[in-house]
This record gives sequence, C-alpha cells and structure tokens, in this order.
Amino acid sequence: MATLENTASGPLLTADGTPLKVSLARSLRRSKLRGALLVLPALLFLIIIFVVPIAQLLSRSVDDTLVNRALPRTFVAFESWDRQSLPAEAMFEAIFLDITTGEKYTIGKATTRMNYEKPGWRSLIKKSGRKFKKKIKGPPYRDAMIKIDKRWGDVTFWQTLGAMKDPQTLGYFLNAVDRQYDANKHVIMKEKERRVYVMLWWRTFLLSLIVTVGCLAMAYPVAHLLATLPLRYSNLLMICVLMPFWTSLLVRIVAWMVMLQNNGVINSTLVWSGILDDENRLPMMYNFTGTVIVMIQILLPFMILPIYSVMKTIPPSYMRAAQNLGAPPSLAFLKVYFPQTLPGVGAGVILVFIVAIGYYITPELVGGKDGQLIGNMIAYHMQKSLNWGLAAAMGTLLLAAILLLYWVYDRIVGIDNMRMN
Amino acid sequence: MALPAYATAPQRLWHYTYLGICAAVLFFLVMPLIAVIPLSFSKSPFLHFTPELLALDPDAFSLRWYRMMIGDCSDPGITTVCSDRWKDGAWNSLRIGIAATILATTLGILCALGLSRPHMPFRKGIMALMISPLIVPLIITASGLFFAFAKWQLVSTFTGMILAHTVLGLPFVVITVTATLVGFDTNLMKAAASLGGTPVRSFFKVQLPLITPGVISGALFAFITSFDEVVIVLFIGGQNQITLPRQMWSGIRQEISPTILSVATILVILSILLLTTVELLRRRTERLRGVSPG
Repeated sequence: MATLENTASGPLLTADGTPLKVSLARSLRRSKLRGALLVLPALLFLIIIFVVPIAQLLSRSVDDTLVNRALPRTFVAFESWDRQSLPAEAMFEAIFLDITTGEKYTIGKATTRMNYEKPGWRSLIKKSGRKFKKKIKGPPYRDAMIKIDKRWGDVTFWQTLGAMKDPQTLGYFLNAVDRQYDANKHVIMKEKERRVYVMLWWRTFLLSLIVTVGCLAMAYPVAHLLATLPLRYSNLLMICVLMPFWTSLLVRIVAWMVMLQNNGVINSTLVWSGILDDENRLPMMYNFTGTVIVMIQILLPFMILPIYSVMKTIPPSYMRAAQNLGAPPSLAFLKVYFPQTLPGVGAGVILVFIVAIGYYITPELVGGKDGQLIGNMIAYHMQKSLNWGLAAAMGTLLLAAILLLYWVYDRIVGIDNMRMN
Repeated sequence: MALPAYATAPQRLWHYTYLGICAAVLFFLVMPLIAVIPLSFSKSPFLHFTPELLALDPDAFSLRWYRMMIGDCSDPGITTVCSDRWKDGAWNSLRIGIAATILATTLGILCALGLSRPHMPFRKGIMALMISPLIVPLIITASGLFFAFAKWQLVSTFTGMILAHTVLGLPFVVITVTATLVGFDTNLMKAAASLGGTPVRSFFKVQLPLITPGVISGALFAFITSFDEVVIVLFIGGQNQITLPRQMWSGIRQEISPTILSVATILVILSILLLTTVELLRRRTERLRGVSPG
C-alpha cells in the first residue's frame, strides 16, 4: 500500500495521496456530521413542539405588557406625577383618551390584570367606558370623571399604576408566594385572609416527602427480597411490581376508589371483622390521607426498580464475610450492605420526589379539598380563573425546583443510567 | 433466600416478619387492581360489594356494564347515561396512540443511532434534552402546548394530539434504543459495508433486526404513554378529541357507574398481556446478546 511505502520519506499518506492526519480528521468530521444529521429531526421536533412552548409559557410569568398596551398615554403622563397627591389634569386626560379610544378587547384584558393589583379597577373602567362618551364632551376631564365615579379621586388607585408601569413584572412570582408590591414598590406580605400559596407549597412539599418516605420504607424490603430470591420466584413477584406500573393511572385511581370509599372494601372489611363500628367508618377518600395512600401505590414501582437493580449487583458473600468476621447480622447490614445500596436509594428517592411534586391527576380526583397541590392550582389558574401569568409563575417555580433535583439526580446516577426495566 | 439451619429464634422471628412485610407490600400493590375485576361483573349500579355478590349468587352477576361499554343500550335496567362515547374514545385513543408511536419510534431510532456514534458532539446535553419531557410535570407541558397550539390552530385537532403525544413518547424510544445499541457490535455494520451494503440497506438488513427488541419495548412504552395520557388531552383536546382516558376522567368526575370498572378490567388484562410480551422480548434480547460477540 502507498502509505507503507512512504513512511520512510515523509508524512503518512493515504491511497489518494493526502496526509493520513488530514484524511482522518475529515472522516471524523464526516462521522460527526452524520451523527448530527441523525439526531437533528428529533431535536428540531422536540425544540419546536416542547422547548419553545414551555419557554413561551414561562415568559408569561414576567410579561406585563397588557396594561402598557391598553393605557399608553396614561403611562407617559405617569412619569411626571409625584405619586403622592391626586394627579393633575393631564393624566386624567390621558386615561380618558386611552379608555375611550382604545380597543375594547385590549382594555378588557388589561382591566383583569389591573384587578389583581387592586380590586375595583375592573368595574371602575367598565363603568367609565360606558359613561365617559355619553357624559363628558370635552376638557376639563378631572372633575367630570370624579363626578361619574368618586374612585377616580382616590389616590390609591392611581398609585397602583406604578406597579404595572414596567413591561416586565415580578408581581406574579410575588403573588405565587403570597407577597405583593405596595405603592412604593416594596415587597410586603398579603393580608392574612388572602394568603394561600405558601401553605400550598408547604403542603406539596410535605406530601411529596411523606410519599417518598413511605415508598422507601415499603420498597426497601421488597427490593431486597426480589434481589435475593432465586430467579424463578423473583420473576413471578416482579410481575406483581410491574403490573400496577403498566396499568393505566386512571384505572388505578378507580380501583382505589373501590377500596377506600366509605362503604368500600377496606371499611367494609374492618366493620365486618368488628374492628370498626358501622358509624365510625374511616374517611380515607377525598382527603389528604387518600392522596397519600394512592400516590404511594402509584409511585412505589419507581422506588422498587432502581433499588432492586443496585441490590442485584451486591454479591451476597459480602454479608457472609462480615458475619464471619464477627458482626451480628444487624451490624453487618448497617455497615456493609446498606451503604452499598445508597446509590439505588438516592435514585429512587429523587425520582419519586420529582414525580410526586408535580402531580395533578391523583390529587384532583381523590384529594378532595385538603389534598390539592400546586399542580392543581396551576390547572385552576390556567382553566378557571384565567390568571395565566400567575399559573406561569407557579409553573416556573415548580420547574426550577424539579430541574434542581434532576441535576442532583444526574450527579448521583447519571441520566445515561436511567433504565426502564 | 432460605434461613440457615443455625439461625437463632430471634433471627427466625425477624425473617418471618420480613417476609410478612414483603407480602403485605406486594398485596398493597396488586390488591386494588384485583378487586376491580369481580365488581365489574356485578349487576348492581354501585361500586361496592353487595352481600349477594359476596355470596356468589348467580343473579347478582351480569355483563350489562360490558354491554354498555360497547354502546349497547338495550338493557332496561340501566339508569346511567349510555352512549357510544366509550367505544369512540377507545378508537380515538388507539388511532392517536398508533400514529404517535410510529412518529416517535422513527424519530427516536434516528436520534438513538446518532447518539450512539462514538464521536457524537454534545452527547450528554442532547440526551438530557431528549429525556426532559419525562421530567417536566405534565401540567406544565400541557399549559405550554395549550398556548402554542392555540396560536398554531392545533387545539382540538387530531394532528395536535399526535404531535403532543409524540413528544411524550420520544424519550422512551431514545432511552431503550440507545441502551440496546450499547450491546450492538459495530463490526457487523462494517462487515455489511465491506460486502457492498449501502448504509440504509445495512441498517434495515443487519442492524434493525438485531435491535428490534429494544425498538419494540420503546414503542410499547410510547404507545402506553399515549394511550394512558389524560392531562394533555384535557388541555388541548377541546370538544373534538375524546380519548379513552378522557372519557374515564369524566366518568370518575361525573356519573360514576360500573361501566368504568369494566373498562378498567379490560385495561388491567391488556396490561398483563403487554407485560408478558415485554418479558418475552427481554429474554430474547438476553439470548441474542449471549450469542453475539462483544
């Protein structure tokens, strides 16, 4: 071959006379390009249908251009106002023109947003929109407007405009943790009666924690049994673990309704066996307890499988060796066996926690009133109250928490090690 | 693991407690699913075991809820709403599921092939992105898709549902196929090329048959995910896209009748069948791996 003959006299050449180094680099480049081309369709698909929509959703959490679009003149006039006394005629004129000439749809959207800042804005502008054209023919506007509705003379209404002036706001994020801006843009707690979200975040966190601990306590012995039994038996038991895993989520919820309801299987069995009186049936459905029970059963396979796969790799001889050296079984377990299972435990714990914290379906169906989580609140603001900015802010916070955990998960197990079976 | 002959009394006690705990947990996992099955054959319109049912009285059993499920409303004893919605929902789910699975499998195989090349740049980052639909809570994905699809006029359309479900199924295909490709001997592809096979032909004739088990289990996961998906359809399904899970959802929320138990029974049986399929495939992979070099 040409390359072999040329070795003595100069750089290695390939058959067509190019240096080997160049040729190899070219082939590497080509290989990389081919890889990139193979990945590209899926990557583009995911970016368009998944990444972009989510990024746009998250950007809604700080977007505050609604009011700016509806009241452009007012915000220009707002710049020259001292924010203490009642505004001058110019600002009244600006908002008059904005309301009477603006597009109805834009203004309607904006008033909903303004109402989050101070309840009353919506009805004020709606009423004004009807009456301004009929009753006010021309300047001066100030006294005429206050005559139509005395809220125009209330300086606190005007002051709230300050919080809506910037096209970006952190207001939704503050709202998501029960805080708000006061007139001087200082962050303050909301009134006691309107605080709900901090409690909800805590509940979500607490429920995920209980579910994770519950899963761990139940999964560990089962995973150990599965890992140490002879394959013939363990395969059979594995089916018990995988069957719920493969069964539709809603089917499992229906099944739990049959079990947990007031005259369901569990209560009836307890009454029949004389443990409970007929009148004192346990309320296990449509409350916090029900959500915890159902979520543990649903997420248990996610805990068993990673722990099992780690336990499978631990040679049983280690335990025997430890006991041979004089350790009682409990000590041998604590010092030798348990530390080796920690990677599996860590993976399972984080996986279950991540899934639990974003749960929506189960709490919605079996949670009742005190089993609602953040996920349900996001759905509520998306579908019912239509406060999309707040939904987006809560979603962003939730996603940030999950990504943090995902990162930890990646450090512990590595994404590549994620296995389905 | 059996107890050694020299185990002391406390050790024996602990061992049996441990076995008892394991049995209880496994019971906890499976029991609710088993309880659904007999109840779906009950005659009464309630979701609990009547005394007649427990006494195995043949009059207490009937197939009326199964008939209702397939849209046969001739039974005079039925008071709850009876319609074709279950049947239509199942068909719709099946069609969406199959289309989404085909799309996800095609994209996923290509992506996995690219990711498994030895010199792939940004491998880890791309993998993390590919898996992210599994990590992001469905409620967030659904909200995001709702706004995007509203803009692209895909809400309440068949296409929209397929695209959304493809996103959810894609990670499974990428994960399983990448995992299968780890055990694939690339020399086989070189051999195919040296015998004159074009890359495409060698892929279909040599590589694809060998990685089929991984492809099928990935596709199965993708299909199950789509078939079982309820959050996304609630957000972007609109009026037109009634799927089986969505019908179950409204069944649970509004008129809860044993029809939903018959649907549940059928789905439980389907899941057992699927599980057997996957297990058989897994064994086949192991056998193949044992034979093939590397």
